[in-house]
Amino acid sequence: MLNPDAKLISDLYKLKMIPTRDGYGKGLLKAGEKDERVVVLCADLTESTRSHWFAEKFPERFIEVGVAEQNMALVASGMANYGKIPFISSYATFSPGRNNEQIRTNICINNVPVKIAGHHAGISVGPDGATHQALEDIALMRVQPKMVVIVPCDAIEAEKATVAAAFNGQPTYIRFGREKSPVCTTEESPFEIGKATCFWKPTEGKKPDVAIIGCGMLLYNALVAAEELSREGLESCVINSHTIKPIDEKMIIHAAKEAGAVVSVEEHQVNGGLGSAVAEVLSKNYSVPQEFVGVQDRFGESGNPDELVEAFGMGVSSIKEAVKKVILRKQ
Amino acid sequence: MSQYISEQKIEELEMKANEARELLIEMLVEAGSGHTAGPLGMADIFTAMYFHVLKHNPAKPDWEERDRLILSNGHITPIRYVLMAMAGYFPVEELKTLRKFGSRLQGHPERERLPGVETTSGPLGSGLGQAAGYAYAARMDKKKFRTYCFMSDGEQDAGATWESTMFIGKNKLSNLTAVIDRNNIQIDGMTENIMPLESLKAKYEAFNWHVLEVDGHNIEQFVDAMEHAKTIFEKPTVIIAHTIPGKGVDFMEFDYLWHGNPPGKVKDDPDAPVPEKQAEEALRQIRTLNGKIMSEHE
Repeated sequence: MLNPDAKLISDLYKLKMIPTRDGYGKGLLKAGEKDERVVVLCADLTESTRSHWFAEKFPERFIEVGVAEQNMALVASGMANYGKIPFISSYATFSPGRNNEQIRTNICINNVPVKIAGHHAGISVGPDGATHQALEDIALMRVQPKMVVIVPCDAIEAEKATVAAAFNGQPTYIRFGREKSPVCTTEESPFEIGKATCFWKPTEGKKPDVAIIGCGMLLYNALVAAEELSREGLESCVINSHTIKPIDEKMIIHAAKEAGAVVSVEEHQVNGGLGSAVAEVLSKNYSVPQEFVGVQDRFGESGNPDELVEAFGMGVSSIKEAVKKVILRKQ
Repeated sequence: MSQYISEQKIEELEMKANEARELLIEMLVEAGSGHTAGPLGMADIFTAMYFHVLKHNPAKPDWEERDRLILSNGHITPIRYVLMAMAGYFPVEELKTLRKFGSRLQGHPERERLPGVETTSGPLGSGLGQAAGYAYAARMDKKKFRTYCFMSDGEQDAGATWESTMFIGKNKLSNLTAVIDRNNIQIDGMTENIMPLESLKAKYEAFNWHVLEVDGHNIEQFVDAMEHAKTIFEKPTVIIAHTIPGKGVDFMEFDYLWHGNPPGKVKDDPDAPVPEKQAEEALRQIRTLNGKIMSEHE
């Protein structure tokens, strides 16, 4: 059943569809209204990263850098070093893909609070194909000391994450999707950087058979899988681990202890992403069998978002299969 | 005669520059690794910066109104460390800790370790964009400080340098002055063999910059150019400073073998003394150099 504490929309099958990038655009407006230090830089992708709402409202605080992601990271580093709160917007394959070294040296070693917004992440970018489907960005950002990594699950959470990142005082990466996706959280849903939330819990009085730990838009698939599994007699808890770094170790260890098996779900390479972060926590603290739902060490391709998610093994049926497989592996 | 700096002050700075060269050689020998040629070549310019041009307060490195000095080619940081110590940012004795475990004087400078270092640098092509960030933010907030960015000629190979050059030209950041150490060497050899840069002046002009060229060992010329840059309001200014790598030590001058090595470590330079004698000879030459730097170029 949906965890009432998470204050989600009660009917999973009647959800509004809004892309998480819209949440970014709205979050920028909120952060910009709250604090004059907030500035937004963009590398020739203003509308598709939803930076244009900020640009229209605060033109004097919007900086167009052209197709120059390395320079964008550098200018932002200088501005943050001075005392501004810069957000840099581009597609995740270019930022933090192309400008990874500038982020490492001039944002992370420098330890200045630049906010990197990586858009069009995941296979669900769709028709654009492999070059534009970022599947490695979480791994790239999560290995950098001092970097905070957030993957919001829907547009409302994306807005909250954007505002929270503006004021956390740290280098921060936030990942957004292109495609419209179900909005399951509400304004009242709790959101705190570094604190995972339980979205689904077992039926009253029952123990979970599995813990599904996910992030991003696939969390919706995880919820649907949990609902279907419960009708088949398998109990699960679903955890929204929106912050990959610092990861909520306490919640993950607790879930593993309760369920004895874990499935990680992410729209990212299984190497180095959320699943890896979960496995690192568990192998150090409480080892349980784990299955990894995600992209299995290959590049994406063109197609419709839904068919790609299915074809690459991240649909509801794939999550259910992974759950059944991991339960069989329990001692 | 300069209207910006007195003859007496020039002489004083030339003496200081030689003192800086001595301290530099001593610290590199102590460290046992590090770059020699670039730092020797920029001794005069950094002396002029820290003792004449820069608006700063060594007792209060985070003073908000300070000019920002961004060193893009972080590998020449030894000469900047020397001048920072001489100016009072930290004790001169600390120079001996360069590149050692636990030292604030990292091989390449780090912002969080040493107050007065504006940014972490070393990977080339990254300083100019950060300087642009400072200058852009300063203009937004109507701040009066200037931002200075020091670059090598080798890092003009880097694509990011030109992304930043274009950005600064577009935004007419006239509160920023860049200085290129045009010493014609990089690690693998002479710049014009590795990746030809000329005409550097025409390139910057094409990107909407004002370009000045100076003799980088002539303190009067350099100071005049820095002041001149402040009067150009419609464009950013770059000063191409022609310098002699290894300036002040004859066997190091113009020799790229000395780009990335300290005295005592170069075995294959036929013009240099044996490794054990290199530091001693370098110091001897520097100590007899007083007052020569400017007159040599007249």
